[in-house]
Amino acid sequence: MSEILNSKNIQTIEFDALIIGGGGSGMRTSLELAKSGLKTAVVSKVFPTRSHTVSAQGGITCAIQSADPNDNWQWHMYDTVKGADYIGDQDAIEYMCSEGPKAVFELEHMGLPFSRFENGRIYQRPFGGQSKDFGKGGQAARTCAAADRTGHALLHTLYQNNVKEGSNFLNEWFAVDLVKNAKNQVTGVIAFSIESGDVAYLKAQATVLATGGAGRIYASTTNALINTGDGLGMALRAGFPAQDMEMWQFHPTGIYGAGSLVTEGCRGEGGYLINADGERFMERYAPNVKDLAGRDVVARSMVLEILEGRGCGENKDHVFLKLDHLGPDVLNSKLPGICELSRTFAHVDPIYEPIPVVPTCHYMMGGTPTNINGQAFITKDDNDHVIDGLFSVGEAACVSVHGANRLGGNSLLDLVVFGRAAGMHIQSELKSGGGVNSSSDEDIDEALLRLNKLNNSSTEFETAKVKRELQECMQNYFGVFRRGDYMTKGVEQLKEIREKVENLSIKDNSKAFNTSRVEALELQNLLEVAEATAIAASERTESRGAHAREDFPDRDDENWLCHSIYDPQTKELSKRSVNFEPKEVDAFPPAVRSY
Amino acid sequence: MQKIEVNLYRYNPEKDRFPYMMSYSLDKPKKDIMVLDLLNMLKEEDESISYRRSCREGVCGSDGMNINGKNGLACITPLSSVIKKNKIELRPLPGLPVIRDLVVDMTEFYAQYEKIKPFLQNDTEAPLQERLQSPEDRNKLDGFYECILCACCSTSCPSFWWNPDKFVGPAALLQAYRFLADSRDLKTAERLDDLSDPFSVYRCHGIMNCVSVCPKGLNPNEAIGEIKDMLLKKKKNIIVSDG
Repeated sequence: MSEILNSKNIQTIEFDALIIGGGGSGMRTSLELAKSGLKTAVVSKVFPTRSHTVSAQGGITCAIQSADPNDNWQWHMYDTVKGADYIGDQDAIEYMCSEGPKAVFELEHMGLPFSRFENGRIYQRPFGGQSKDFGKGGQAARTCAAADRTGHALLHTLYQNNVKEGSNFLNEWFAVDLVKNAKNQVTGVIAFSIESGDVAYLKAQATVLATGGAGRIYASTTNALINTGDGLGMALRAGFPAQDMEMWQFHPTGIYGAGSLVTEGCRGEGGYLINADGERFMERYAPNVKDLAGRDVVARSMVLEILEGRGCGENKDHVFLKLDHLGPDVLNSKLPGICELSRTFAHVDPIYEPIPVVPTCHYMMGGTPTNINGQAFITKDDNDHVIDGLFSVGEAACVSVHGANRLGGNSLLDLVVFGRAAGMHIQSELKSGGGVNSSSDEDIDEALLRLNKLNNSSTEFETAKVKRELQECMQNYFGVFRRGDYMTKGVEQLKEIREKVENLSIKDNSKAFNTSRVEALELQNLLEVAEATAIAASERTESRGAHAREDFPDRDDENWLCHSIYDPQTKELSKRSVNFEPKEVDAFPPAVRSY
Repeated sequence: MQKIEVNLYRYNPEKDRFPYMMSYSLDKPKKDIMVLDLLNMLKEEDESISYRRSCREGVCGSDGMNINGKNGLACITPLSSVIKKNKIELRPLPGLPVIRDLVVDMTEFYAQYEKIKPFLQNDTEAPLQERLQSPEDRNKLDGFYECILCACCSTSCPSFWWNPDKFVGPAALLQAYRFLADSRDLKTAERLDDLSDPFSVYRCHGIMNCVSVCPKGLNPNEAIGEIKDMLLKKKKNIIVSDG
């Protein structure tokens, strides 16, 4: 038996603002707060530069007018709205695309080592779904890149500048659950130091969930092992909603077998996909832009090729990404990381041979619904009510700029634009006297329930085995193509898995660096995210963006031109209107989405 | 079925007075796997085993460890490349305090990183757009900015083992040079002054372990050589101008 933790026997540490997650969005938020004089801490379960932002490769998409002096943020906005299959909020997309250049130039001033053009300006490459002149002017090149290591460069630059500004980090601390008071305000989190195992109540006026995605709900994913949706899990357990959870992006090019990402920048630089016959099949599916269609479109085309027997390899279960025609100079200077990953994980050298690839779970478009300031909210009768004290940014949040399908390069932009916006808002809110009431001892005890239960559980349910069941269930029933009857099965199966997940048991009760405790808590977060995904996917009876249903193959604007809101308390899905009211430009009305 | 033997360094501060090696026997995997996969398999058998891991593709730098005597990243080290006579030995990175099993306390390593001021310093007013940099100047950062802070190099360096508090170590010196080499950074003289004492740089004796272990194929020794060169030139200039 472990000691039962309660408000009396754990430490309370008080902050003004608490940021859960030390990836790109969290560190951009903290950087904004570092200079404010507010007492802030970043709580990260890994040393910040180990966060998954580090794996981003291709770049950050933004109309900085470098590759094309006539580029226009409104064209970027149009592409993003279309890429999102028209359920991205246009006020948020407008904000991201118009504020973007400022945020990217700031990164450069901080020292981010962008690749350069001959004139000294930031290098930009073409990415999927990009166009000039609102889709009428051909392919654009709008993705700012540091070779194919842009995420690494961005994350390290942000960490370095946080060091410069003296930000406060609680590294290798794991946040367990949100603490709420009687008014349903969030007043901080229960967390523990992974190194010592000591548990504390981190009390804050503002709690920012910057915990990234949860790609580990699937068996095959490009995501890091740490991408377990911890923030979203906490929010769902606290009864707060999630938005658009059915929308998961499958990246066309994950390395077959290993899942590691191969950047879309490969196709931006001129690479293309081929099937077993050596045919460049994207010419059939997207005659205009071919391999640079939206990621959802390319991923589905690949699956169709495989299903129709034109897959490569012994089992005909993947396709090839051909790069050798680009030549060693381009590959070594523009795609060195990809060459390295391919040699390590696919045992092929792209300079001579194509890379075996399959669509692989990559990005969570859904998340905790927020407004442009990062404030999380609850929706009732299509009215948004801000949750006091709770914020979310980055992949964990759904602001929603990606709608039903994210465009490549928009993720890094989302991180820095909305991380910065949330930081600015929290600063002005707290400085003008905003904040939350205190929580009672009972409130704190309630937030400790899950940890106490796990510490004292003695069942036969082991984390690794149950996790595999969960991942296989999601992979089988909620993948690239979905079907009502299969999904019903999946939802049923998840109910059984929930029984096990809620009663997980760890054999090792030691405190110091007990990674099995962390992994059990992570699995409980994965389950919350998986269930939200499953229910939202079963109930959206149409195909839109990344959500492709065999039984409802068409987009249904009459009924589903809307966000889905999943309520974890009732496990029911409701609808929320999409914003069609950008401030400065006319809204882009829904149109047929073709590439 | 052929077996492989894994000898694993174990230490749990709550239970063990001293660290010890524990031996595990496993069926030899049918296909080649990474050392991290091997650890994950072991952890399923014995969940008390602790190690760090995150990206599992060699870019986050979490799982640096000593594999059959040589530092490397578990996630990109194929078992076939290190296993000898069906045996493999896994230990924590050398020279740093062990928290538990393969998890080391990296405080001193990070402190050296922070000491070299690992951020761009340029006090001139920023332009409305980016600061310009020619591709040639940008190329000077290649081979230096890609460091993932895994600590494989510094913890393989005897000079760092001796003076972890005073010798900056290969990882942080690589970073120091990354900023010295950046045409946008204006604090070259100050950066060099900070490194000019007998320990910070000069404790590097060109042993080259850092180069042989870097999982990213970087060359800290080259960076250190460049820094020494810059220090020398700076000193010469001062003497010349004094005289």
